[in-house]
Formats: sequence, C-alpha cells, structure tokens
Amino acid sequence: MKHRYLPMTEADKQAMLETIGVSSVQELFNDIPESVQFKGEYKIKQAKSETALMKELTQLAGKNADLKANTCFLGAGVYDHYMPVIVDHVLSRSEFYTAYTPYQPEISQGELQAIFEFQTMICELTGMDVANSSMYDGSTSLAEAAMLSTGQTKRKKVLISSAVHPESKEVVKTYAKGQYVEVVEIPHNDGVTDLDALKEMMSDEIAAVIVQYPNFFGRIEPMKELEEIIHGQKAMFVVSSNPLALGALTPPGKFGADIVAGDAQVFGIPTAFGGPHCGYFAVTNKLMRKVPGRLVGQTTDDEGRRGFVLTLQAREQHIRRDKATSNICSNQALNALAASVAMTALGKKGVKEMATANMQKAYYAKKVFKENGFELALEGPSFNEFVVKLNRPVKEVNQALLQKGIIGGYDLGRDFTDLANHMLVAVTELRTKEEIDTFVKELGDYHA
Amino acid sequence: MHKDDQALIFELTKPGRVGYSLPEMDVPELDLNELLPEGFLREEEPELPEVSELDIMRHYTALSRRNHGVDSGFYPLGSCTMKYNPKINENVARFNGFAHIHPLQDESSVQGALELMYDLQEHLIEITGMDEVTLQPAAGAHGEWTGLMMIRAYHEANGDTKRTKVVVPDSAHGTNPASATVAGFETITVKSDENGLVDLEDLRSVVGEDTAALMLTNPNTLGLFEENILEMAEIVHAAGGKLYYDGANLNAVLSKARPGDMGFDVVHLNLHKTFTGPHGGGGPGSGPVGVKADLIPFLPKPIVAKRGDEFVLDYDRPQSIGRVKPYYGNFGINVRAYTYIRTMGPDGLKAVTEYAVLNANYMMRRLQEFYDLPFDRHCKHEFVLSGRRQKKLGVRTLDIAKRLLDFGYHPPTIYFPLNVEECIMIEPTETESKETLDAFIDAMIQIAKEAEENPEIVQEAPHTTVIGRLDETTAARKPILRYQKQ
Repeated sequence: MKHRYLPMTEADKQAMLETIGVSSVQELFNDIPESVQFKGEYKIKQAKSETALMKELTQLAGKNADLKANTCFLGAGVYDHYMPVIVDHVLSRSEFYTAYTPYQPEISQGELQAIFEFQTMICELTGMDVANSSMYDGSTSLAEAAMLSTGQTKRKKVLISSAVHPESKEVVKTYAKGQYVEVVEIPHNDGVTDLDALKEMMSDEIAAVIVQYPNFFGRIEPMKELEEIIHGQKAMFVVSSNPLALGALTPPGKFGADIVAGDAQVFGIPTAFGGPHCGYFAVTNKLMRKVPGRLVGQTTDDEGRRGFVLTLQAREQHIRRDKATSNICSNQALNALAASVAMTALGKKGVKEMATANMQKAYYAKKVFKENGFELALEGPSFNEFVVKLNRPVKEVNQALLQKGIIGGYDLGRDFTDLANHMLVAVTELRTKEEIDTFVKELGDYHA
Repeated sequence: MHKDDQALIFELTKPGRVGYSLPEMDVPELDLNELLPEGFLREEEPELPEVSELDIMRHYTALSRRNHGVDSGFYPLGSCTMKYNPKINENVARFNGFAHIHPLQDESSVQGALELMYDLQEHLIEITGMDEVTLQPAAGAHGEWTGLMMIRAYHEANGDTKRTKVVVPDSAHGTNPASATVAGFETITVKSDENGLVDLEDLRSVVGEDTAALMLTNPNTLGLFEENILEMAEIVHAAGGKLYYDGANLNAVLSKARPGDMGFDVVHLNLHKTFTGPHGGGGPGSGPVGVKADLIPFLPKPIVAKRGDEFVLDYDRPQSIGRVKPYYGNFGINVRAYTYIRTMGPDGLKAVTEYAVLNANYMMRRLQEFYDLPFDRHCKHEFVLSGRRQKKLGVRTLDIAKRLLDFGYHPPTIYFPLNVEECIMIEPTETESKETLDAFIDAMIQIAKEAEENPEIVQEAPHTTVIGRLDETTAARKPILRYQKQ
C-alpha cells in the first residue's frame, strides 16, 4: 500500500527481504503461534485522506461549546487564562516536540536547559529550594507528595483538608490504597480548614497534612497556624498551590511548607478537556534526594563549558526498579516547556500583574453579586474564585446559561451534600467588566 | 562563564523589559492590603525573567537548535518507537473545540469530545482484543500501576488476599517492578533462557497461590516474540494469577497478534509510542488500559459510555479502584492518537507493523557481521546487539553511542535490557526509508572498523556536538538544580 508516512517502495522491500534471506514479510512473523495469529484486518474505520479527515474532525470539534466562542466562569482547578501567543510558536519547534527524554545530553541541551529554567521558575514562585522537571498533573503530584511523606516519616496516615480539590482527594486516596496508607479528611469550617478539628486529629502517627492554597472554594488558608500545628507533631506540611496565585500571595515556602505540588496549567496551557496539563513538585533542600521523577542539574564538560544533565537518577525507577518509591517515567515535558515560555513572557512584573488582576476582577464580581441581592457562601479572603448560593440546581442553571453563550461555574453539590445549589464561580483576568455584569444579570432569576 | 555557553533566560534579563500583553483592567481597583489578611500579600517578587518577545523567541530558537528530534534526524532509540509525528495531529489537537473546552462543562456541551473518546475506546478495544478500555492513565507507567491496582482489587473482591506477588522477567522495563511496588506488591523476577525468552521452568517454580500477576512485554525488550505465550498464560491462569501486557512494544504486532487473544487480562498502551502522540521531550504521554470482562467493574471512573445517541460520563461504578487522574486523561494526546488511527485505517496499521519488522530485521542482518548478535533469530520491531567484541578493544557501548552523534544520529538505547552485556538496542520504526537505514548501517560499520583501527576517535567522541561529555559525577555529588543570581 502507499501511504505518506510509509516510505518503502516495492523494490526496497524486495531488496531487503533478499538481504534477510526470506521470501515474504509474513515469514518474519512465523514465530507467532498459529493459534494466536490475528488473521485479516481490524474491524475499525477505514482510513481517510488528509482533507476528508480534517473536515470530519472539524465538524466533531464543532459539536463542543468552546471557551473561545463562549464566556467562561468555570474554574475548579482548570482555568481560562491569557495564553501568550508566543507559547505555541515555541512549542511548534519540532526539535522539542519530536524529541524524547534527554538521555543523550550532548544533543539534548535545548530541552535540558529549558527544564532547568522551568525548575528555577517553579522554585521562585513557590519559595522552595528544589523543583523537579514536572509531574502528570496537580493531583497525581499531590498524591506523590503524600507518598513521599509516608516514606520519609515512616508513618502511615495522612490528613487531607476537605477544602482540597475533590478530584485531587480521590487521586490521593487511590494512590494511598496502593501503599496501604490511611487518608482521613479534615472538615472545613465555613470554607477554610477547621483548625480545631485538625488539632484534635493531629498526633505523632500523622505523616503529612495536605491543604490547598488558595483552596478549592477560592479561600486563603490560615497558613501560619496550620504550620505550627503540623510541625508541632513533626508531620510534613504539604501544600497544593495554584502557581499563578503565588504571583500575588506569600508563597508556601515562606510559611514553612515541606512540599508544594500543583498544576502549571495556568501558564500557557490550554484547558484541553482536562489534559494534558502540567504537574509541578517542589521541596526543601532536605528532601532533594527523595523527589520523584526527573531532575536536571548543571555541570560542565572537560573544556569547562556549562551543560545540563539528568541527575540524581539513583532515585528513579530505571535504576532502583522494585526499590523505587515512585514509578513515574514519562512526565509532561512539553507542557513544562509551555509553562516556561508563559512564565518567561509574563516575567517578574507580569505574573504579579496577572495574579492581581484575577483578584481585582473576582472581587468586583463578588461586589456585583452582593449588590444584586445574591448571597455569597463560605465567604472570606479569596483569590479568583468564590461561592454563590442559587435557588435552583446548578446543572439546570448552567444549561440555561449555555443558551446565552455563558459557561457557568462549578456545581458544588456534586461533591458536598450540604452545598447543593451552590455555584463555585471563577473570574480570571480575561473576563471583562461587561461580561461580569452580564453574567450576574443572567443569573438574576436564580438568587436564593 | 565559558565563551561558548548558551545564556540562561535569567542572564538575559533587563529590568524594564516586558514580554506580555494582559487584558485591560476595566474594573475599579481595590487596595489588596485590605482584601488579604496580614502577611499574605507577597512582598518579595519572584525572580522571573524580564525580557522582550523577540528575546524569548531567539532564546528558545537557540535552545531548539541544541536539541535533536525525529524531525532533525534518525532516532533509533529502542523501546521508544521514535516514529514520525504526523503534523495533522498537531492541527487537530489545536482546534478550539478540542483544545479550549473545560473538563467540567455540562456533558451536553462536550458531546463531540465524548464521542471522540468513545470511538477511540472502541478502536483500541478492537486493536487489543480486550473488552473495555479506560483512557484515564497519563502515561505508560501510570497505566501499569492502574492495571495492577485493578488486579489487586479483583483478587481482593474474590477474598483472595494472599496474592501479594507480581512476577516480572529479568528483561522487563524498569517501570514494571517499580509499578508493582507502588501498587503494594512484591516483585519476583523470572529468568530468561538462552534464547532470550522467559524460562518456562523458572516461571513454573515462581508462580503459585501468592501470584497476583505476571507482567510481560511481547515481543519482549530483546525484540523477540515470546512464542510460549500460551503455555505461560496457562501456567499463570492455572495458579489463579492474571496476565498483564506492557504495550510499549505494540508497534511490532499490529494486525498480527492481539494481546487479548494471547491470553492477557490487562493491557496498557503507550499512545505516544505506537500511536504518534509526540514524545514531547519526555511527555505528555497517554497510557490507556484495556481489560477483559471480569476486570471491567474495577476500571477507574468515570468511563465514557453511550446511552442511545448520547455520550455520557459513567460515574456509577461501585467497585472502581477510584480515580487515577483528575478529569479524563490526557485528552489532547488522545485526540492525536485518534487522528493517527483514522489516518492509517486497518490496512495502514497492518503495514506499519510489517515495515517496522522488515526494517529491524534488515538492519540486524546487515550489522550482525560487525557486532555480536546474542539472539540469532527473526526479531520483531527492534533487536539487540552486544558491544562485547568492541569492549575487548577498549571501546565501550557508551563510546559507540557517542560516536554516532558525530554522524548526526540519535544513538540507540544502550545498556538495556540488563541481561545483555554492553547492550545496543535498535528500533528503526516503519517511517524511515531504506536510504536512511543504509546510511546508519554504514556509520555503525565505520565505527566498528574505527574500534579496531583507531579506537581513540570512538573513545573520545563526540567531536562535533555543541558540548562534550558532561561530568555527571559532579552533577550528582554537588547538585545545582536551579539558577541562582550571582
């Protein structure tokens, strides 16, 4: 058959068969036992030409209501943000996206240096000493943090705030089951982790306490008090953090966090129906040699030229095999590159300006909601999300909003039985005053 | 700093320069000090770069030129399936309706995405011969762990709690034993025999009532088809264990043999290998897992299902192992894999494997005179050579790999699998032309001759790269893992 991805000609094939000393390609498969040989062709759709397939998939994509054609007030861990146009131009350099893990540093300096820069920027934002080259996403990164803490403290119980992202909680629990670790939820008190409950639950059996900052409801956690309680029992302080928020907020490192995990989707990575995004993982120097995944380090060649290599590999699965504490191999390298480009474009001033803009616009939206008679729930200092109480199920409201070209907020009733009819609203820097005003107006009939 | 050093982006910083264009601030601004409790407003600014847009583009263009991808040249990295990454995939994944949809939107507003996922599941079910597929795992290793967690849940549901061991061949990928450990199992290694296949006697001796599963790559990491697969399946199943298929090498058997027909109960695929999600410099990947009917209840939730004409996310799965990832997997990579499968069709996928195997056998036969061939039989999509002949001349496999850089190639995988001395593992893939294969073979032959006649040129390689061999010992002893302002 002829196909644009398959360059061999019939003459090539014949010459090669002759060199091998067989008369047909099928002979090369004779080691597959007859009874397991698959005969014939897969019963799957026939191939389409480039043009026909583009047309079909354009139409399929057109069945989705996308964030470019609609106005998005949905966040809950995945956000509609400014994506500097330059990000995609860098990503489209195929020297990056058609390479694999930089096993041969002499011809992979580009990727290695880009990751080294990513590690540096994550350290700067989180206030931590060491960051790895990326994890699958914020949730699995948080789960790995929990697992690291149990290995480090030799304790088998982890506390997680109920104000952590529900899907992250689920992922942490799945990972914990794998390693026979117990996970217990700390209740929240009006939107932030309940400190009194935590004090009661705390003991010298707790490996780590996990909180999210800003948390799932958008609220700012009492970091200082949390740190004192957690370290008082020599447990590890694990923080899941939106790195954009850290452009405006005091970083977890300043509050004494041991591990900071999260997702860099906020920096130049499309929502893409939930993935691929870009987990990050940052720790204090003390935990450097316990970090899962790949780390890039700086060194020199014999002429004294600066270069970068994958380092501290004794931690990793391909060396330690069954002694490894994490099995991660491929990570999210290309998305770490995207995040690096976006963080670079924003830079020192832009990241602060963008984070601040999120707060300003979210606070403006809060004000408009209140002025229009809405009740805000779990209300308090927040970043770019807050909770609005409605008089109808959120799903129903969202279906009505969609008719107006608005993608409404998250239905908290899905995860919190006491929060039925509560919508988690996200307002990013992309939302204009007019869009916010319209959103509140469209919700006019639904205030509780 | 050395005169040849490539500047770090931080070294290009100049206060006052910006590379961004944020939306207008069109709402009244409040004093942040009044919105946040004391101590929460960041005081020390993060030291991110301050550069212009052109600075950024030049910087990353310079970096890209210091990187070798499949588009730069031949990349026969064994077990990684470095085939051509089709450009249509990149276009489709960037459609607004795929790239810019939110995972928590109402299902009615993402029917196109769910339809694509459902159809991809259906295609992968047929390709693997399994009964159901989840697209949730983010990469191969993540899929391995997901599959093992399901096997554990299956045994536990049967009250079979003594199955604490996972059997893994000595030639297995490092992720296999690591995944077994993080899924709460103990790993038992089974030996390979002199033909490079799993030693059946040894398998019989290690499998028993404590066996949860056998993890197997087929063809194995030596590129050899485990022709005793049915006996192996029988041994494991008779003992009550499950058979796990590591799909890293699926490119070798498309349309030739399906894991489901070989007796496997659980399969993971690496969509970024066989199905051309780009390798991305080390991810993102995608690692869907397929299972036989008796394991379906344990799949991670949600699963995409079809109810009438509507596609839905099914969360009502009480025996599910839970979530392994937020949302529904690396959707963007799954879009690319789907585009690829639809570009190839059934006859295209068959041709993929036929050419991948033809190319590997051709290279193996042409090189066997110059390098030791530990297993002299037809290989599948990849093969291993041993550099032990060259080692006697003082030239190590690492030196051969570095010398290949001078010819403009990415070297093969080296020192893996572990059961072959001075291992060189070559996987050409089906997208390379005979001219490319011949040129690489000529380079390998020249290096073999250099090892005999002029070993220094190999030992001191590379000679043409932007940087020489790096001091990895110091990198690990005194780690510098981030830039610090001088």
